Amino acid sequence: MNMHGPQHPHDHPEDAPVPTVASLGLLACHHCGTVWAQAEEGDACGRCGTHLQRRKPDSLNRTWALLVAACLMYIPANLLPVMITRTLFGTQNDTILSGVIYFWVSGAYGLAAIVFVASFLVPLFKLTALMLLLITAQRRTDWRRPERARLYHIIEIIGRWSMLDVFVVSLLTGLVQIQGFAVITAGVGIAAFGAVVVLTMLASISFDPRLTWDDKPVAPAGDNEVEKKKTATA
Amino acid sequence: MREVSDTIACEGCDAVYQRAPLQPRDVARCPRCGSELERHAGNQRRRILPLTVASLIMFAIANLFPIVEIELQGLRSQTTLAGAVLALMAEGMSVVALLVLATTLLFPLLQLCILVWLLVPLARDRQAPGFAWLVRAMQSLRPWGMIEVFLLGVLVAIVKLSSMATVVAGPALYAFMALTVLLTSVLSFDPRGFWELVFQRQEGA
Repeated sequence: MNMHGPQHPHDHPEDAPVPTVASLGLLACHHCGTVWAQAEEGDACGRCGTHLQRRKPDSLNRTWALLVAACLMYIPANLLPVMITRTLFGTQNDTILSGVIYFWVSGAYGLAAIVFVASFLVPLFKLTALMLLLITAQRRTDWRRPERARLYHIIEIIGRWSMLDVFVVSLLTGLVQIQGFAVITAGVGIAAFGAVVVLTMLASISFDPRLTWDDKPVAPAGDNEVEKKKTATA
Repeated sequence: MREVSDTIACEGCDAVYQRAPLQPRDVARCPRCGSELERHAGNQRRRILPLTVASLIMFAIANLFPIVEIELQGLRSQTTLAGAVLALMAEGMSVVALLVLATTLLFPLLQLCILVWLLVPLARDRQAPGFAWLVRAMQSLRPWGMIEVFLLGVLVAIVKLSSMATVVAGPALYAFMALTVLLTSVLSFDPRGFWELVFQRQEGA
């Protein structure tokens, strides 16, 4: 695929210098995608009326604040019980991980894996990955930019799936209300866990992925052809 | 202020590209960061309104009927989505209840209603009141509707209970499955496409 014309010597498309919105002195509407020339930051987009911004406002500070809050909530989310089961045989407090262990011991290995990934690994991965993106963006390093871009895409896609345990606990709480035999109630841990999910989602929304690329050398205006890829889905 | 036509800016890395005509089902991606630049809407424009109406019907079934029923020692218990939210409320977990209510009920319903509100006048070449604001709302709501995650949660809960009680799937469970499929199709429509629809009509007129 010849994307940038025959004249440039780079082997990888990621390495090719390309013109950017900032380098051409343009502004793109983050809402409807229209590109404007001779516009100032703060002007209303001529098509949809959104205020034009070069970057998401105060991105690094906001993302850090949300991320630190998420890290703090991650501790009670894993230590406090998320679910309390009262049966004739006694009371059982379940944390996120003890729920996984319960599935594993009872032989439901697939389910144990799903819950372990969605409830434990995904939040941990999101916290670490966002921290990595923030630190590298702050240091303006040119270290592995394409991989960092991919990392951001992954965070955006998987974030929502951590809500799994919140839904499981809610449903069990609503369902298992057989007074005298078995009653399931939600533990405080699930509130902390929900907070982790919401905070990390807000953090990844407030992070501006363009910060990853901001110090890369840019090319003059050219005629870049957009790469086209066939996909199976519409 | 002057519009630069036939130009796409990458949301992921700020690169600027010449817009290339897309074939049906094509997706244009930024070669340097991999973000999606543009996607051919294909036949989706004609299908989206009927699919939205079908989603609303499934949504009603999914929320009016019980999702699962358990039987333990001859005692039965069942719940709807709203029932689960109310049970959380009753235990003083109002924040969690609100989160569940918003992500599985309010936001998906809001998305579907906004779609109908925008699409019906558009079919008669009219722009709905509050068009710009509502298209923006559609975009902001996108990450927060979590019906498909909820469905997985229901399945996990069923397996969890099956060792302790007899679990019977209710009609709402099947409605949730259908709703997940429908919503995946409906919400894959990029809200930006609304602006294209409006401007194509204005240029054609």
